[in-house]
Amino acid sequence: MSDKKKLQEMYRRTVLEHSRHPRNFRRLDAPDRTAEGFNPLCGDKITVYLDLGPESIQTIAFEGTGCAISLASASMMMEAIEGRPLSEAGEIVQRAQAMFRSDAKSPAQSDIEGLQALGGVRAYPSRIKCATLPWKTLQAALNGTTGAGRISTE
Amino acid sequence: MTVAPSKLPVSAEHRGDAFDVDLIRQDFPALNQTVHGYPLAYLDNAASAQRPAAVIDAISHYYSQDHANVHRGVHTLSQRATDAYEAARQKVQQYINAASTCEIVFTSGTTDSINLLAYALGAGIKAGDEIVLSRMEHHSNIVPWQLLCERTGAVLKVVPITERGELEFDTYLSLLGPRTRLVTLAHVSNALGTVNPVADIITAAHEHNVPVLLDGAQAVPHASVDMQELDCDYYSFSGHKMFGPTGIGIFYGKEKLLEKLPPFKGGGEMILAVSFEKTTYNELPYKFEAGTPNIAGAIGLGVAIDYLQDIGMDRIAAYEANLLDYATRAIADVPGVRLIGTAAHKASVISFTVDGIHPHDLGTVLDHQGVAIRTGHHCAMPVMEFFGVPGTARASMAFYNNAADIDQLIEGLRVAIKMFN
Ligand SMILES: Cc1ncc(COP(=O)(O)O)c(C=O)c1O
Repeated sequence: MSDKKKLQEMYRRTVLEHSRHPRNFRRLDAPDRTAEGFNPLCGDKITVYLDLGPESIQTIAFEGTGCAISLASASMMMEAIEGRPLSEAGEIVQRAQAMFRSDAKSPAQSDIEGLQALGGVRAYPSRIKCATLPWKTLQAALNGTTGAGRISTE
Repeated sequence: MTVAPSKLPVSAEHRGDAFDVDLIRQDFPALNQTVHGYPLAYLDNAASAQRPAAVIDAISHYYSQDHANVHRGVHTLSQRATDAYEAARQKVQQYINAASTCEIVFTSGTTDSINLLAYALGAGIKAGDEIVLSRMEHHSNIVPWQLLCERTGAVLKVVPITERGELEFDTYLSLLGPRTRLVTLAHVSNALGTVNPVADIITAAHEHNVPVLLDGAQAVPHASVDMQELDCDYYSFSGHKMFGPTGIGIFYGKEKLLEKLPPFKGGGEMILAVSFEKTTYNELPYKFEAGTPNIAGAIGLGVAIDYLQDIGMDRIAAYEANLLDYATRAIADVPGVRLIGTAAHKASVISFTVDGIHPHDLGTVLDHQGVAIRTGHHCAMPVMEFFGVPGTARASMAFYNNAADIDQLIEGLRVAIKMFN
């Protein structure tokens, strides 16, 4: 793949669209779960908030600062997670991370809607952490029974 | 004796009045390559600079001809290695105009040098003592002092900065007091490019009998520094930012201060005699150089200094001032750009943000146009917090950069803006 093509693959139109208008970009006031994620390399910060129903994730939201890749990834995560049964959420996170870790030479495959669009990041090892930060943070929020978890990409 | 070659391939041409940047660029093999199909515009010199062939050759020559351990053998190679290593120390001494070679300690870099002082001073620091530093320090001039404070109960006093990225000098003066044990400041800020008024800083500290450590990592690549004229107490810098090797750096201290400091690390080389009852430390500077040092690194640094002096630091500074001016205007002209750090006196470092584009994305897009810049917080998070940005893009120039590098950066910025907006 040409260099220019590689760059266009990473910054696809949908990725840029998500990064400009991230879904559920807001704070939840009294969230059932929350976690903060941090990338010390670039200073990206994200906070994920969850409101839980009896069996499912009723509301998910996030706040923070980040590059186009991390914002788009977080935004897509909102769509993939909201309303999902709690029992499935952890698995979705695993599948998303596996996609980011998969071989950059093969086409990105994901059953998570829209997430393939972020597959181009796999060709940029220094940027994969940008894409995985929101998912790792969500994982921390899911793991924490109460209060705030904290994760770092390093 | 075949010490590291002092001959520099193009030294003759460098002398004289004209500053021939094209000729200088030929001395740096790494500059002569394409990245993603574009000529490399290397504008990340504040993170680490490139080396001239003379430095690379000297290291290779040392390893292929002269290598042995230093100060330890009676054989020929050991003598050659020792001579070359000590010759490098002398070059450093002359470069910064220290009073004596015993004031020049080889370390692994600025970080190592600052940690050396923070550790060695520790025994004399008590709870409530104060260390003065500034908001614009690199993390390596913050964290070692925080660790010292944790060990001793001392406290940090932070000199604030202004919107232009300059020290609030009056506040600095007001922070000096009877409990101040040390002032430790960047000579030049890596995140903002600000050149601090170090002569005034030192004079003021000395009026309170407080010694000063300057973090010179970003100063020595751009202009000459003079320890005796500054009356500087301690100084630190890294080889790799001044066109020498990685893993080598300098800790300078006034002889009478170094004599009083306890050693930082224990081991071979730093002792005169060891018994289980009592160990006698070696004389300066060896007291601070435990273990086998980075011999090749020191030799390479010496050759980098030869190279710089051959061109002349004054000419380098004058050339860079013009380039900084050109680059500042060109970058400021790009729509949506905000310059971070607009001090009256700056080194050739430009930090900036572009509306609607995260620095990280900018860095990737620029890389695709062959332009290498640094993006992020530049190990200076308190600075980023002050300016309310998560990070910046930073173009940092050396004397081998030219207007074409800047033009390529500007073109890259325009491409990025088109892509993201
Ligand atoms: C102002 C300043 N201080 C200290 C350092 C640390 O230098 P080193 O990583 O070579 O120890 C740097 C380099 O990033 C710097 O720019």
